[in-house]
Amino acid sequence: MQSSAAPVITTENLTRKFGARRAVDSVSISVSSGESLVLFGPNGAGKTTLLRMLGGILKPSSGGAKIGDVSMPGGADVRRRIGIVSHHSLLYDALTARENVEFAARLYGVRQYRQNAMQALEAMQIDDRADTRVSELSRGMKQRVSVARAIVHNPDVLLADEPFTGLDVVGAKALSTLLIESRSRGAALVIVTHNVDEGLSLATRAAIMNRGSMVSIEDRTAIEPHSFGSRYAAMVSADA
Amino acid sequence: MRDVMADAWLIARKDLSIEFRTRSAFLSAVVFSLLAIVIFFFAWDATAVPAIDLAPGVLWVIFVFSGLLGMHRSFGVEEPDRAIDGLIAAPIARESIFLGKAIASLVFIVAIQVIAIPAVALFYNLPLGKIAAPIAAIAVLAAIGLVAVGTLFSAMAVNTRLAELLLPMLALPFFVPIVIPAAQATAKLMSGRPVGEAVAWLKLLIAFDIVFVVACALAYPFTIEE
Repeated sequence: MQSSAAPVITTENLTRKFGARRAVDSVSISVSSGESLVLFGPNGAGKTTLLRMLGGILKPSSGGAKIGDVSMPGGADVRRRIGIVSHHSLLYDALTARENVEFAARLYGVRQYRQNAMQALEAMQIDDRADTRVSELSRGMKQRVSVARAIVHNPDVLLADEPFTGLDVVGAKALSTLLIESRSRGAALVIVTHNVDEGLSLATRAAIMNRGSMVSIEDRTAIEPHSFGSRYAAMVSADA
Repeated sequence: MRDVMADAWLIARKDLSIEFRTRSAFLSAVVFSLLAIVIFFFAWDATAVPAIDLAPGVLWVIFVFSGLLGMHRSFGVEEPDRAIDGLIAAPIARESIFLGKAIASLVFIVAIQVIAIPAVALFYNLPLGKIAAPIAAIAVLAAIGLVAVGTLFSAMAVNTRLAELLLPMLALPFFVPIVIPAAQATAKLMSGRPVGEAVAWLKLLIAFDIVFVVACALAYPFTIEE
């Protein structure tokens, strides 16, 4: 059910064009504090582009996105509220896991950056490899560090693009716990995933995007997982 | 402004840590510099051209091209895992990204100069002793202008398929106003003229430094906007 609280994330006719192609086409959504909107959609549906605009990395062609009352890309105050898990790791291979997370913490103005960095690495159960260079970590371990990087400043808006990619069972469980805890303490989450079971287990609302448009947004309580999965699979197949 | 400089320093330290560990660009630049000095030296006919006429040119050719190696790497380190997105999304001014990258490149070029200037003096038997301080000042002033231009064009070129080719093509024409006064001032000092005779060239160098640093810092945010 959509929360009655004031929305933290709002988009209005948000559109992004690359040349003539509309990667995101007039998307209007709102996500409130304590909500998690999980986005499904085939490759090229525009999910990543939508997240990049919400994160202030990409400018919209028309329409707008707001975090709180501030239009994105916004200033330092609003960007400090956002954590981003990209499908790229955003990490530096030559630095250790700890150095990467501490660097991010300092960029976000975290005073106790050493302590917060270790806490974030512990939350993702990768603290035992804190002093290992990222270049020496496996894909899944890198992903854990990437998530730690995104949450080190305790954001109240978390944008996660396929955050489970490469994670093993332990990593996936740590991430699920972390996302649920973030939501419980009032964070607004937008999560992109292809895994219907995983996505629905985290969602308060689930949306399907296709060809840049929002095809459906439903409350999680109204979704029957099996039929939702079949509908989504049929859409992906039809689009392939 | 304090925040901008603090964030810039944070980014510069990160870049220097990466370069210190990998040493990929620095070693390439040092090898290139020493190789260029040796090649120029053996191609030089000491009876036709005096050392003091040739050495300033050699020095500035080396600085320009070895500097390009470092500048190319400046934004190159951000590319493999799109770490630049992390910087763009962070609550820092875009200018601090530019300044951080420029500071790291400046340290890189100065480190090359520390090796290359004594090497040139050694090969061409130049009496560097008395003019070491003014030569160092010229080198640093010119490096400031070079990194300002180079950092801007590195940001523009990094996302292209021909970044290695595009960066020199874009940057070299803008290096000319920096290199001419720097080479002229160096030549005056190396030929034993008083420092006062190089002041006019130094003023020109400082003027171009100011123009390029301000213009490039202001232009940089537009290069990262998609």
